Amino acid sequence: MTVLFTARNIAIGALLAFLALLPVYAAATGQFFPLTLFTRIVILALAATSLNLILGYGGMVSFGHAAYLGVGGYVVGILAKEGVTSGFAQWPAALAVSGIFALAVGALCLRTRGVYFIMITLAFAQMIYYVAVGLDRYGGDDGLTIYRRSQFAGVIDLSGKVQFYYLCLALLLAAIWLVWRLVNSRFGMVIQGARSNDRRMRAIGFPTFRYRLAGFVVAGMMCGLAGALLANHTDFISPASMHWTRSGDLIVMIVLGGMGSLFGPLIGAVTLLMLEEGLSRVTEYWQIIVGPLLLFIVVHAHGGIDGILASLRRG
Amino acid sequence: MRDEVILLVEQCLNGLQFGLLLFLLAAGLTLVFGIMNLVNLAHGSFYMLGAYFAATFAPLTGSFVLGAALALAATLVVGMAVELIAIRKLYGRDHLDHVLGTFGLILFFNELVRLVWGPGGMNLPLPPYLGTSIEIFTDVHYPVYRIAIIAVALVVALLLYLAVMRTRVGMLIRAGASNREMVGALGINIQLLYTLVFGVGAALAGLAGLIQAPILTAQIGMGENILIVALVVIIIGGIGSIRGAFIAAIFVGLVDTVGRAFLPELFRLAMTPAAASALAPALSSMLIYVLMAVVLVLRPQGLFPVDGK
Repeated sequence: MTVLFTARNIAIGALLAFLALLPVYAAATGQFFPLTLFTRIVILALAATSLNLILGYGGMVSFGHAAYLGVGGYVVGILAKEGVTSGFAQWPAALAVSGIFALAVGALCLRTRGVYFIMITLAFAQMIYYVAVGLDRYGGDDGLTIYRRSQFAGVIDLSGKVQFYYLCLALLLAAIWLVWRLVNSRFGMVIQGARSNDRRMRAIGFPTFRYRLAGFVVAGMMCGLAGALLANHTDFISPASMHWTRSGDLIVMIVLGGMGSLFGPLIGAVTLLMLEEGLSRVTEYWQIIVGPLLLFIVVHAHGGIDGILASLRRG
Repeated sequence: MRDEVILLVEQCLNGLQFGLLLFLLAAGLTLVFGIMNLVNLAHGSFYMLGAYFAATFAPLTGSFVLGAALALAATLVVGMAVELIAIRKLYGRDHLDHVLGTFGLILFFNELVRLVWGPGGMNLPLPPYLGTSIEIFTDVHYPVYRIAIIAVALVVALLLYLAVMRTRVGMLIRAGASNREMVGALGINIQLLYTLVFGVGAALAGLAGLIQAPILTAQIGMGENILIVALVVIIIGGIGSIRGAFIAAIFVGLVDTVGRAFLPELFRLAMTPAAASALAPALSSMLIYVLMAVVLVLRPQGLFPVDGK
């Protein structure tokens, strides 16, 4: 029998209620900074959720996931610069290009295992980073300003802060729902089985490579969407958005929140970015605290925040 | 025609020098992975520390060589301290934990350097006897310092080879790489061995960093981009193999340097100058990754895989 009011469910419910009501608070007080901050958090949570599909459930430690943030963002930015501002064209293109990139990278990386996989995903992300640096027409190292956000004529106006925030939140929840459906489907079972014992899965007749590659592509496309959102949010795209430390941040969010947990990436994204925001007000050198803290969490707190919540008794 | 040949020779020398530098970094990485089965992303931090230490000690002592020696000793000590305090807790954990823990170390070291030395970079001026160039052909000059780098790195590579293959400690290191429990059971202090290996790896990275400091300046985060290239090197060479790292490092150094120099020319033969100058910079930085992809397709375990891993 499942208990509805566990500490974990209450915490997640409270977080979702907070996220849903935040624009009301912003409108009432006229303070829009928290809304801008949380738009960013929600977008990065979407990216982390996509990574969680392959890392948390599939055991594929991709250290190059920020590349898809950049690819999605650059598709929006490049199309906007070339005069295509319709979101109906930009967003499917962002999804398609990040999907194709994920297919190419995944087909190569999934031939390897373990530490090779980590390093190779990192290397390919670095490659696409340098390609962006070399794109002189699109700003090179300095990045590309997006003068007009994606246009969805008559459907939604992305320049409205509240509308854009709710769109991001809705897409995040849709992504979490999709991951939930995928993970509990036959497809998801195969991926999780391949994480535990790939050889056995193949022995009973599953072509696990194809399943894992499909998961890799789905995750890449979801992250490409997050990249399109991020480019619209900041009105800017630069190679820095896919710097390898960003990929590290995404993994940190997942581990902090709880690997292989549906809401873990969201919890981790909120925690990490609030921690950064809070510490950066205390000291300019906040990373000197975050670094060792990260090491401490790795050594002592497996399962992340969601794991701690789940282990608490009802109440 | 003569100009092209000279350019090619110069670029090959530059490539060799870059490759040897990569080897100094990759050797430590691959040793630590081969023996402790640990992925150390913070290896680039020792590269950065080596550069900063040298840029601090050289003016203090008034001698470039003495400053470099002190910087090497300092990175060795820092490396061993990091192993004792932090890395030791990560042995036996999965690779994700290594990646995250050492990612935390990178953040820490970058911020520490900013706190101690400030956000601006530091210069390490060359002494006059290293700052000149010599004539390698008639009317062709090449910097003495770059030749010195090649010589030093080759000597270090040779010493490393002799240390691993011909000494007792080297024998223990090789034994530890193939069966650490057995080495421990035979009464060898394996913990001490690990600390030593990690420290030497750090010092090699520090050497690469201080060598590079006079050419580029010492900067925060300078170790990170080159670390990823060093990762490409050990993937191509086969993780855990020093011989593989050496050959792959020189290969990658040559391909990268020569590619950057000649790819734009090559492109101009096939397409319009405008298209070539737009594409060439982006594509020439892709070269080594394409090389890696090709190696992976042909030999997923690298060119010189280590048995039993």
